[in-house]
Amino acid sequence: MQTLDYAIPGTRPTQPGWVTFVPPLAVLMLALLMHYCVPFLGAYAERIMTDMAIAMIAAMSLTIVNGFTGQFSIGHAAFMALGGYTAAWCSYYFCLRYWGQTAVVPGTLFGTHQLILLCCALIGGAVAAGAGWVVGLPSLRLRGDYLAIVTLGFGEILRVLFQQTNSQALSKPELANRPLFGSDPTNPGWVFPPGVGGSLGFTDIPKSTNLFLCYLLVGLTFLFAYRLKFSSLGRALLSIREDEIAAEAMGVNVTRLKVRAFMFAAFFAGIAGTLYAHQSGTTLRPIDSGFIRSFDIVIMVVLGGLGSISGALLAAVIITGVTAALLGLTDYGLLPYRMPVFALVLILMMIFRPKGLFGVHEIWDYLPQFGRKGAK
Amino acid sequence: MADFLQTLIIAITLGSLYALIALGYTMVYGVLKLINFAHSDVVVLGAWLSMTVAVFLLPRIGVTGATWWAGGLVLILAMLLCGAIGFAIERLAYKPIRGAPRLNALITAIGVSLFLQNFGQLQFTLIPNERVVASGALQERGQDPRTIRLAETVSIESEQKYAVRLFKNSAPEGATPQTRNIVAAAGTYEAGRDIAIDGGVGRADTRDARYEIVRIAAGAPLKLPFGAMPAGMPVLFNDRPVWEHVFVSETEHGRLEKPVRITLLDLTIVGTAVALLVGLQILVFNTRVGTAMRAVSYNMETAALMGIPVDRIVSMTFVLGAALAAAAGFLFAVKYTQIQQPAHATWVLLGLKAFVAAVVGGIGNIRGATLGGFLIAFIEQFGAYAGLQVGWANASAYTDVFVFVLLIVVLLVKPTGIFGTTVREKV
Repeated sequence: MQTLDYAIPGTRPTQPGWVTFVPPLAVLMLALLMHYCVPFLGAYAERIMTDMAIAMIAAMSLTIVNGFTGQFSIGHAAFMALGGYTAAWCSYYFCLRYWGQTAVVPGTLFGTHQLILLCCALIGGAVAAGAGWVVGLPSLRLRGDYLAIVTLGFGEILRVLFQQTNSQALSKPELANRPLFGSDPTNPGWVFPPGVGGSLGFTDIPKSTNLFLCYLLVGLTFLFAYRLKFSSLGRALLSIREDEIAAEAMGVNVTRLKVRAFMFAAFFAGIAGTLYAHQSGTTLRPIDSGFIRSFDIVIMVVLGGLGSISGALLAAVIITGVTAALLGLTDYGLLPYRMPVFALVLILMMIFRPKGLFGVHEIWDYLPQFGRKGAK
Repeated sequence: MADFLQTLIIAITLGSLYALIALGYTMVYGVLKLINFAHSDVVVLGAWLSMTVAVFLLPRIGVTGATWWAGGLVLILAMLLCGAIGFAIERLAYKPIRGAPRLNALITAIGVSLFLQNFGQLQFTLIPNERVVASGALQERGQDPRTIRLAETVSIESEQKYAVRLFKNSAPEGATPQTRNIVAAAGTYEAGRDIAIDGGVGRADTRDARYEIVRIAAGAPLKLPFGAMPAGMPVLFNDRPVWEHVFVSETEHGRLEKPVRITLLDLTIVGTAVALLVGLQILVFNTRVGTAMRAVSYNMETAALMGIPVDRIVSMTFVLGAALAAAAGFLFAVKYTQIQQPAHATWVLLGLKAFVAAVVGGIGNIRGATLGGFLIAFIEQFGAYAGLQVGWANASAYTDVFVFVLLIVVLLVKPTGIFGTTVREKV
């Protein structure tokens, strides 16, 4: 039981023990609610809600590094793609080996495939985090601008590497005949270089992403990001963002914390990528790791406010929603105008409201009854 | 030997292009400490603008084929236009946020880049090459289905210059109308007369359908210098070889002949690039403007106190960088005549590699950027060459990877680049 009030936003002076279980239960309830209610709105709504969930996880994870730590990563889709490819490789070949097929019963709340998906999400996240460590270590020692370029380059490099992967084994007998290693085009290996389809794309991934898992992971990511923001680690990250030299003088190990934040972000990006890969109708393509998707996520984070988790959530919902609406209104031909307008909004935002919609604060800080010190 | 020489020629050609682009990055970084993300998009603009100028302007002033000065004219026009665009970008987007934190400047730069990439994929016709001189309802057509009854008086100077567009009412909105030629001698045709067209009106539902008689001017319509589809650059330079040598080697499969060529195009590209690089060196190190630029880059506030018009110098830097980018875009388009759409990975990689060149040479340092450009080109071309020599068949697919490995190594070993100096950050 806490007895001291450190006057830290987000902590309460005293609270009964059961309060600890309220947020996870709320997340569970949200996920169940989404899973059982959204299908009534039709398949298109279900699709958009899944897209939104993936965008929300990606945006929140990017908030950790771009928002809290102030290091500008613009290759986030590369970590998503890496996590997605890794997880999809695991689940695809697992299913092929044990069942000889990758069909998934639609509408299941939590079956075997969803369990596999969760395990694969952990693996995908871990691999993405490892890649984050490799990329972050050289570039995060330097000033922030280099990180931007290196992450952008990382995405393009990953795209080239994905294009050079082997073709995928399409059936159980084919898989049995394949060697583990080797890139001979007539009889390619499936472990290394991984058989993930090369430039043709990775298809037939088990379609095990459902709304329950999506919103469960959105909730868990939110809880993680929120707890991180108001923890001592999070305050150290925010101090790096405000003034690196001052933070270092206060004893914050700047490089190590930057790399750690970057790895957290990459981990959750990997999870978002896993959900994306296992969404129905997805073909993972090398272009998924390119800059076009990365910039979408960057726009969400900057619009929502650098450091505002709920702002990033809101921006993810708005941008995915606007895109879906414009896709629905193809007759008016407005879709090509989407990105120019978003880019203009980005520039104007930097000129007139440089901190984004909500700045470092959360949405509820702006409501009068919850208003905290520092929020306007 | 043949492969080696060919690789060397490609590396020098590409290196001069990378150096030109890297200079723009490094100059802007020098004065503003800002990575100008939109720089690679100015290169794209340069390529597309030079294509537009070549397609639109050259036929109108009667230049066809590969005249040596046509290329120069296109280059100068593209540089001027891009310089103006660079000026506009600096004044509209970067100047308002000059005092803001670095992160905001970076986001703005990304915003400008995104805007140029995506705005460029929209299609607008700025100046059409055809003008409607008469229109009317097809209901009023003559007795013969191969004639149209005119609703307005039309005077026709030469039948080749006119065409008839038929808009059927059953066709969907925005569909391309059918086109017919006019078969009539030059002269004035009064309203109410019939005018013959080849191919006829056909079985179109003529009740609400209408026609337009258009006058077509020479040359292509002036479209916004971008597009969602790749476009072809017209031939501006004679691509004949100026030096050629055939290497003959005996292999187990028999005699193998490998020719190595240096073409006039390669010489033009390298020559133009080197001339621009030398010109910039002279400008920066031997003129008053160059001295002012170096002063602003050294310390902006002190330079302002010494009476240097900082705003003007910063704009000047952007204009110079954009003009060099335009030149690089032009030369790139002349060499690889298929111009990709603005958001294509080719351009992004070109810009990224040029930036890597600037970092490797020491960002902010003009000679470093030149050296870095050639270094990057040599690493990627000879990396692939060496890979092939040791039996790595797929090595040429990994050229981009070599460049970024080099970047990571440089960042780890000497983060300031080859010519860079360490800057102490003060609180």
